[in-house]
Amino acid sequence: MTDSTVTIEVDGRTLEAKAGTMLIDVTDAAGITIPRFCYHKKLSVAANCRMCLVEVEKVPKPLPACATPVTDGMKVYTRSPKALAAQKGTMEFLLINHPLDCPICDQGGECELQDVAIGYGRDVSRYSEGKRVVADKNIGPLIATDMTRCIHCTRCVRFGEEIAGIREMGATGRGEHMVIGTYIEKSVDSELSGNVIDLCPVGALTSKPFRFNARAWELTQVEGVAPHDSIGSNLNLHLRGNQVMRVHPRDNESINESWISDRDRFSYEGLYSSDRLTSPMIKKSGEWMEVNWEMALEMAAAGLGEIKEQDQVGALLSPTATLEELYLAQKLIRGLGSNSIDSRLRQGDFRLDAGLKQASWLGLKISDIDSLDAALVVGGNLRKEQPILAHRLRKAALAGAAVHFITPLQLELNYESRQSIATPAEMVKRLAAVAKAAGVKGSGSLAALLNAAEADEFAETAAASLKQGDASAVVLGAMAQSHPDYSLLYALAAGLAGACGAKVSVLPEAGNSVGAQLAGAVPHLLPGGKSAQSAGPDALSMLKLPRKGYLLLGVEPGVDFHNPALSQSALQSADMVVALSAYRTPELEACCDILLPMAIFSETSGTYVNAEGVWQRTRGAVKPQGEARPGWKILRVLGNLLNQQGFDYTDPDEIGEELHALCNGASLDNRPVEGLDLEPKLGRDGLQRGGDTPLYASDPLVRRAAALQQTKDAGQGVMRLHPKEAERQGLNSAENAVIRQNGYQATLPVTLDEAIPEGCVWISTGLRSTSMLGQPFGEVTVEKA
Amino acid sequence: MKVLRNYLKSLFLLELFRGLSVTGRYLFRKKFTVMYPEEKAPVSPRFRGLHALRRYPNGEERCIACKLCEATCPALAITIEAEPREDGSRRTTRYDIDLFKCIYCGYCQEACPVDAIVETRIYEYHFENRGENIMTKEKLLAVGDKHEAQIAADIEAQAKYR
Repeated sequence: MTDSTVTIEVDGRTLEAKAGTMLIDVTDAAGITIPRFCYHKKLSVAANCRMCLVEVEKVPKPLPACATPVTDGMKVYTRSPKALAAQKGTMEFLLINHPLDCPICDQGGECELQDVAIGYGRDVSRYSEGKRVVADKNIGPLIATDMTRCIHCTRCVRFGEEIAGIREMGATGRGEHMVIGTYIEKSVDSELSGNVIDLCPVGALTSKPFRFNARAWELTQVEGVAPHDSIGSNLNLHLRGNQVMRVHPRDNESINESWISDRDRFSYEGLYSSDRLTSPMIKKSGEWMEVNWEMALEMAAAGLGEIKEQDQVGALLSPTATLEELYLAQKLIRGLGSNSIDSRLRQGDFRLDAGLKQASWLGLKISDIDSLDAALVVGGNLRKEQPILAHRLRKAALAGAAVHFITPLQLELNYESRQSIATPAEMVKRLAAVAKAAGVKGSGSLAALLNAAEADEFAETAAASLKQGDASAVVLGAMAQSHPDYSLLYALAAGLAGACGAKVSVLPEAGNSVGAQLAGAVPHLLPGGKSAQSAGPDALSMLKLPRKGYLLLGVEPGVDFHNPALSQSALQSADMVVALSAYRTPELEACCDILLPMAIFSETSGTYVNAEGVWQRTRGAVKPQGEARPGWKILRVLGNLLNQQGFDYTDPDEIGEELHALCNGASLDNRPVEGLDLEPKLGRDGLQRGGDTPLYASDPLVRRAAALQQTKDAGQGVMRLHPKEAERQGLNSAENAVIRQNGYQATLPVTLDEAIPEGCVWISTGLRSTSMLGQPFGEVTVEKA
Repeated sequence: MKVLRNYLKSLFLLELFRGLSVTGRYLFRKKFTVMYPEEKAPVSPRFRGLHALRRYPNGEERCIACKLCEATCPALAITIEAEPREDGSRRTTRYDIDLFKCIYCGYCQEACPVDAIVETRIYEYHFENRGENIMTKEKLLAVGDKHEAQIAADIEAQAKYR
């Protein structure tokens, strides 16, 4: 095909298009409607529904617009008698086997088949014979099936192959006997699976949590932004009355294209969990009692104001909070003379902070990931951390990018790549080997590490691919960031990137991880990303050396922290803990003195800064539940009660604009750090623990989404280890094992898993069942219970 | 001549007697006053009175929570909430009609794909307490159960015109 422009005529209108473009794309761009079912702009052309038949001059038979490339001088008639007859005929055939159950179908009212049948079908059916019936399949807790309604457009099949990257659904049988299903009885486990609900033009695949709850015409649509991963996927919230009924993606080509992850789609269920905190509560001699806002706020202000010592009021802030909340919280705490502020609760090593002068970020545009030539991912299970980014990296890999992984457990990937599986301590060595192969010299302890490393074949190939690629990146994932030697990994990655002309990419954990750094919700940076004169203690030191008072914003002790056990004991030992939380948990009740109900997600206005530094402002869509109030209002009143200056906001926009002005000129930069003496902290002896945070355990909202919690990715409180390692430790599958880590102890069932390297046991964090243990990486001993 | 005729007409009260003859005729005719409430006036099978929810002969409620009646109701008198029943079928958990809002247009009956919501010939009902104007699902089903024979006959009679 040439790139030349051709001129075609559609229904008498002259249109210009690039030669070789499919006709339906040209007419769509020009606003000419052609009915279709199987065609979707993001999927390959299947041309199997035949609904888009149009008449082309000098062609004896009608042609499908989705599979007909435009040629110069082509004359197309979309509404000619011949085209209409063809469309009407197709519609009649499609309706032969489609049941007339629109009244009980969830798609009713937003169904493409209904719409097209009104526009292009006959008034009355001529078909009186029996219709076929297809048995429904159980494909998991997220998607409901009514396969009799299927019209075999195969959008869901193509989505699985082309976007999700797993062939979970397919067609078996031919003609009348063709059935779409999962080949064998299994659930659809892709982290993007919910998108087939939007893709399905009929009611064959619908949302299970939303099933029969509302009708399309009852819903109002409000724009939103997803807080869970750092992509900031654009959402459409569908509301009925004061309730979020479901969540749909909003197209944004530069961020989430047309897709959203299941976590963003189904997390709204967590809003209506039974443990929502709906009124302010205080603890009086061990008993919790509900009080009014005035009393709770005055007590909180008095309690925090009493602590006069430097840095003794610690703020632990959730990176899924809005920018306004994070900014006000740090303003309040800094106003109290404390720099103990952090939002990087799962990070395992903060030695870098002394050298980081700017906020770290993705390092490149999200849309640029598609066109990477090479990538080395260190400690990142992208599919289960940032599903949309993983999809983009897969696009790059399919286009020929060389993707390498250094990972503490074998990853299930949906494209060609190479994985170097190493125990957590070994990971540093492996990265050093790649850096050495790329010719990084380093200084101080880094040089020693590089000298000791042996560049194997994997390291040579990885280094060579990073060097050869025009656009390449070294990506540090969530498991790298929670690694006790994250600063070493970072320094090596930065050195490697420098030597290869690649970009360093730090995958921010949550919706506002980058925003938190800009808002000053980290100990070493002030608002606007300026470095602080005297850096306060980080999230980990704040717990290791417990403060006298704490302010918690949207976090839950035990599950939102790097060291779950330590977070609980440290908070319990404090004199005054004030928590702004949307939920009531036994852990919060044990640790806190005052609980202030806070609005979350769709209930509050606020800004999210995503991984590439894009500011996205959202409006509160529904009223907060019970007595809950938006976080910025609570913090504003606390500021006023503590007699602090500059807490006179009447609108969250004022806060956002104040911060935006401060951020003027602030840049995001993953600059390599020089002159830090970094010794490896993680020992290489003995049995090690590895741990990730499961996809659906990442934040309080997701942990309460009932349907997501029934999926595989919700994570299990088990100890996974390699069968050979289990043999060495004298453990068997399904037995219980006692795990000891730094004086902490837990009893968990054993699961054998060949994905875990030998010399290592895998216990996820973020789960209540593992919250009595310590940090995700470190030495452990195990024995039979 | 004309003057004389008019004089005689008024002298003998002719027009009065002509009027009284109408009165006299009706005095001896059959009476059509209905002695309500002892007697009831005839009601059309198309009469749109109190609402009812029907069941199938096997006792299963007809309503499938499609919400078309709610959507079509011009007075917004109907409120429906639905969720999957234990057996997985689509059912209402709440079906309220506010009789103060209802204008008895019969659109709900027209919209219903399963003949579940109907307007019966019942026109004798009243409210004594606040809130009784809301016909809940239970009340509507009870009305349907009580008058099913009449409702079914009425629908049958109208079937050929629909």
